[in-house]
Amino acid sequence: MKQPRKKEYIMIHNIHKIYGERKVLKGLDLTIQEGEFVAIVGKSGCGKSTLLRLIAGLENYHDGFIRINNEQLHDINKYARIMFQDGRLLPWKRVIDNVSIGLSSEFKIKAIDALRQVGLEDRMNDWPSKLSGGQKQRVALARALVHNPSLLLLDEPLGALDALTRIEMQDLIESLWSEKKFTSILVTHDVEEAVAIADRVILIEDGVISVNQPIRLPRPRQRTHPAFSMYVEEILEKILNRNKIALVRNSKELKV
Amino acid sequence: MKFMMMESIKKFIPWFLPLLLLVGWQVFSWAGAIPERILPAPTKVMQAGIELFSTGELFSHISISLGRALAGFLIGGVIGFIFGLLNGIFRSADLFFDTSIQMLRNIPHLALIPLVILWFGIGETSKIFLVALGVLFPIYINTYHGIKNVDKGLVEMGRAYGLKGISLFVTVILPGAMSSILVGIRFSLGVMWLTLIVSETISAHTGIGYMAMNAREFMQMDVIVLSILLYALFGKLSDVIARYLEAKLLKWNA
Repeated sequence: MKQPRKKEYIMIHNIHKIYGERKVLKGLDLTIQEGEFVAIVGKSGCGKSTLLRLIAGLENYHDGFIRINNEQLHDINKYARIMFQDGRLLPWKRVIDNVSIGLSSEFKIKAIDALRQVGLEDRMNDWPSKLSGGQKQRVALARALVHNPSLLLLDEPLGALDALTRIEMQDLIESLWSEKKFTSILVTHDVEEAVAIADRVILIEDGVISVNQPIRLPRPRQRTHPAFSMYVEEILEKILNRNKIALVRNSKELKV
Repeated sequence: MKFMMMESIKKFIPWFLPLLLLVGWQVFSWAGAIPERILPAPTKVMQAGIELFSTGELFSHISISLGRALAGFLIGGVIGFIFGLLNGIFRSADLFFDTSIQMLRNIPHLALIPLVILWFGIGETSKIFLVALGVLFPIYINTYHGIKNVDKGLVEMGRAYGLKGISLFVTVILPGAMSSILVGIRFSLGVMWLTLIVSETISAHTGIGYMAMNAREFMQMDVIVLSILLYALFGKLSDVIARYLEAKLLKWNA
């Protein structure tokens, strides 16, 4: 069941990032294919958010290169839209105007359409302060998708949500991803979330990628599936105690 | 019905104390407990007001004072706002100007009155200059801090969503600084009246302050009290305007 080889969309080579004295990323390499959904996990402070911000073009790197679509990345990544953990809606703009940020033509039609996709078109004239945490993140998702980005970056966008809302949002993101076929990178501290949604889970440790684990489970994914919890357990073990076990199981064993 | 009555009572409550004061003042004046040379009765003050109004004198004093206040406020406000923006946004401007502005800010501007009279005489320029100077700093400080304190996350979001330059300023930075700027405006309206009163009292040929000082020469207590009441009225009026601006510009915060 091998998928046809897709185009390499993001190429990251030998990236270094230093904050003052602290080396966060030390020569990290990563290649992501077009349309792939990659989740990045790791302990807090391991540099997973930093990597995402580098790909978004929000920060400079000190060595190596990042290529998106075979173009060297300078400044803001114009192909990408990013969702932040704290939503970052402008409190002084109504929901629809928040979604329209950065749009120039036909912004109203596009914004309403994007709000419909996240199921919040009836709230378009509300102030963000009137929305719940989950609704705010839906609006943030609509704001990202209204640009039809070829790359969606998710910086722990569900971290602050309650468990039920989080699962709902995961399903929504997954369905929009499979419908629109953009490439997506999710940074999360929740391994279960990573396994539930991603084609591949990457673990960052000591400034480099230490685990690169494809998740070969059919979609939509069943959390109750034994292979599901096996993936979760192994990745967790690897994060918590890196000497104990290596990911020895190959994909055949886990195939379902 | 009961609810409606509660609402109208609530609206009345803030005015209860001033009204009580006024009634008490009138009653004690009638009773002769307050000598007219110390404080004339409210009816007397009103009479003086009507008289001055009918000669057109009151109107001309008020319009002159208001004109000075407004001119000074606009000049000082615009300068303070522009410097607040520049120094808040551009690091280099901040480095160049801020220390100097902070030094100037710490001179009480009313202490400059003797100097200002020698420079500009006692004409319009000196009053407008003083008001502008007084108004400038509160607006500067609050604009500057408002811009410095705009949520960095929102600015970053704006950049990531393709905003830059003017569009970033209009969409994110200015609205983010607005509540702080309005605090500056409200504060500087107070400074505006204070400065105007002092400078009109000390050196003027016209205006409400002059009216009061002139009345002192002739022992017209009613006119003096009238002037003071006018200042209170205009102070309240500028507060109402400031509140209106806040309600209008910060309605998302309601």
